Amino acid sequence: MVAQNDSRPTYRFKPYNVGRWVIWGLYALVMLIAPLIWTSSLSLTMLTQVGIAIIGCLAFNMLLGQGGMLSFGHAVYSGLGSYLAIHTLNLVSEGRLGLPVSLVPLVGGLGGMAFAVLLGFVTTKKAGTPFAMITLGVGELVWAMSLMFPGFFGGEGGVSGNRVTGAPVLGITFGPQVQLYYLIALYTFICTALMFAFTRTPLGRMLNAVRDNPERVEFVGYNTQYVRYFAFIASGFFMGIAGGLAALNFEIVTAEVVNAVRSGAFLLFTFLGGAVFFFGPIIGAVLMVLALVLLSELTQAWLLYLGLVFTFMVMFAPGGISSLIMMNLRVASFGKLRPIWGSYVALLGTGATVLAGAGAMIEMVYHLQLNEALGPELKFMGATLNAKGFDSWFGAAFVLVVGIGLFEIVRRHFVRQWGQVQEEIEKEIKKREALI
Amino acid sequence: MTNPGAPSALPPQGGAASGPAEPAPRRPLDGVVPAVELKDVRKSFGKTEIIRGTSLAVKPGERVAIIGPNGAGKSTLFNLISGRFGSTSGDILLHGEKIDGLKPYEINRKGLARSFQVSNLFMRLSVFENLRCAVLWSLGYKYAFWRFLADARDANDRADEVLDMIKLHRRRDVLAMNLTYAEQRALEIGITIAGGASVILLDEPTAGMSKSETARFVNLIREVTVGKTLLTVEHDMGVVFGLADKIAVLVYGEVIAFDVPERVRGNARVQEAYLGSALAETQAAQAAQR
Repeated sequence: MVAQNDSRPTYRFKPYNVGRWVIWGLYALVMLIAPLIWTSSLSLTMLTQVGIAIIGCLAFNMLLGQGGMLSFGHAVYSGLGSYLAIHTLNLVSEGRLGLPVSLVPLVGGLGGMAFAVLLGFVTTKKAGTPFAMITLGVGELVWAMSLMFPGFFGGEGGVSGNRVTGAPVLGITFGPQVQLYYLIALYTFICTALMFAFTRTPLGRMLNAVRDNPERVEFVGYNTQYVRYFAFIASGFFMGIAGGLAALNFEIVTAEVVNAVRSGAFLLFTFLGGAVFFFGPIIGAVLMVLALVLLSELTQAWLLYLGLVFTFMVMFAPGGISSLIMMNLRVASFGKLRPIWGSYVALLGTGATVLAGAGAMIEMVYHLQLNEALGPELKFMGATLNAKGFDSWFGAAFVLVVGIGLFEIVRRHFVRQWGQVQEEIEKEIKKREALI
Repeated sequence: MTNPGAPSALPPQGGAASGPAEPAPRRPLDGVVPAVELKDVRKSFGKTEIIRGTSLAVKPGERVAIIGPNGAGKSTLFNLISGRFGSTSGDILLHGEKIDGLKPYEINRKGLARSFQVSNLFMRLSVFENLRCAVLWSLGYKYAFWRFLADARDANDRADEVLDMIKLHRRRDVLAMNLTYAEQRALEIGITIAGGASVILLDEPTAGMSKSETARFVNLIREVTVGKTLLTVEHDMGVVFGLADKIAVLVYGEVIAFDVPERVRGNARVQEAYLGSALAETQAAQAAQR
């Protein structure tokens, strides 16, 4: 930074970005060896779904994080992509189309893109709240159509297909789940790379500008509507690919794939992962699969927990998990992470206490409501609770109250500490600037 | 240049930006096609007429300051010229070509750029990115998603060049929202001139600045608008007399005088209308202080 020369710096030397290659290498490596580490069939199922969710969340974030467009109906594009992919797959099975199965997701992508061209033209005429409202309307429209056209949408039962079809390429039939996993991993890696590349193109940068200040964009020569529209189409393409992969994975597509719940999931988890940074939605996608597959197995109250987490995230960390990570990396890069380590452990401990207390009460309520027939006893974190017993309720409430009290004490301490650290960093930055 | 009858000493360069295909319109203004021309422009909001038949012809290369009491319609006039609002009637011409009714981006592509009274930046982008966004269209990048910005040498060089011109190269990678007020004002000007427009509209560029900052800023504006047609709305008379070749006095939506500074100063109507109301303002301010 100090090496800024005095001759006019119209050209800046940019060193070869080693860090970026390392990160992309690691990303590929993780996807390569993940099925060797988690070998059970459940984990393989989850891994394939993570790959699909990564593409979906990243595509969603092209709009939300990079373009400031809040779409409430984005499952439309992945869902219609799914339908086109499964119909294509069935054409292949019937021998009417000579397309390798591995390219079927591309059909989904082109389908998603085509619908984005069509519907996005209306949607992107407006920005902000009107945009959100129109996407909501379009989403409902397509959902309603799915009931009206059973020929295409398959009615209640959906459309099913068989991915083990056509001539195998290099002996790959996509019968075993692991073969499909690697196909999806390949798609995920390429799509991630493409979407990252998109952020570094003129259109990608102008999309950021439109997010920040659409009015000014009009005065530097750009039509904001076109910027939004083209980004929407690109996003629709990648959503469609995610949908196509999902069709191959589940081998069945039902009308749920276009509904508002699915759209909401993309929004919720993209936000949880963090819309500010490019990699945020990847974290969100992992969380999405963990919540939808694991948490829903673990407890019936999973949607409640999810809602609570989302609420707290919006209130306390609106940048999502990725921005929490980046803030701490910043602190670490100034060598100031050490003093706040203790606070993190304390926050985690007290937070877990709150969760245990609250969780016990929530589980007891759910148990009373849903599992009346099984009697009042239930297992919670290894302990046996009696949902009708005073002791259990008192104990849970006690743990909760103590947890909240301790958490608040630790939190206040931490907020002070954090402010102090930030101040020190600001000073450090000023000092470094003065050196230049 | 003090003689208003003499032809402008600056070379006409109106044709350069609007392309060779332009049919040569014959407008009697020393034989030069005006860079900006307003012909009986009117604008009403509801029943209130804000701009009431404004006519003005600015020669290429001229620096014109538009002054007038509060509410005279100076900013509205800028909004009409730059396409933010449509006019109710009348013609607005840029290099002899009608531009009223066009969208802001279409007018910008024809070679007119403007700044805003309240800094209007891309707050979450760095200073460099702000400038690069401002040059992309003028260099023909359009909506390209098949090429990298890093390889766009001309755009990067131009952005760095403007960065130097507005003297923010030390703040290159700072987010626009973290700049000081004066730096944001400088960036505002930088974005405006970056695209290389031949006609520049600056809406109160020095508003809210200290005396020393203002003096520095006047120099900056003069440097970055060399060879360009400049229209500026300004309240600070020091800036007006330091910057402008000509002054247009706008009172209640009408141009009551348009001349070199010396003559405007001596103009009886201006003294009556403008200084009269300025006097009233001063008296009101003094009354408010008491």
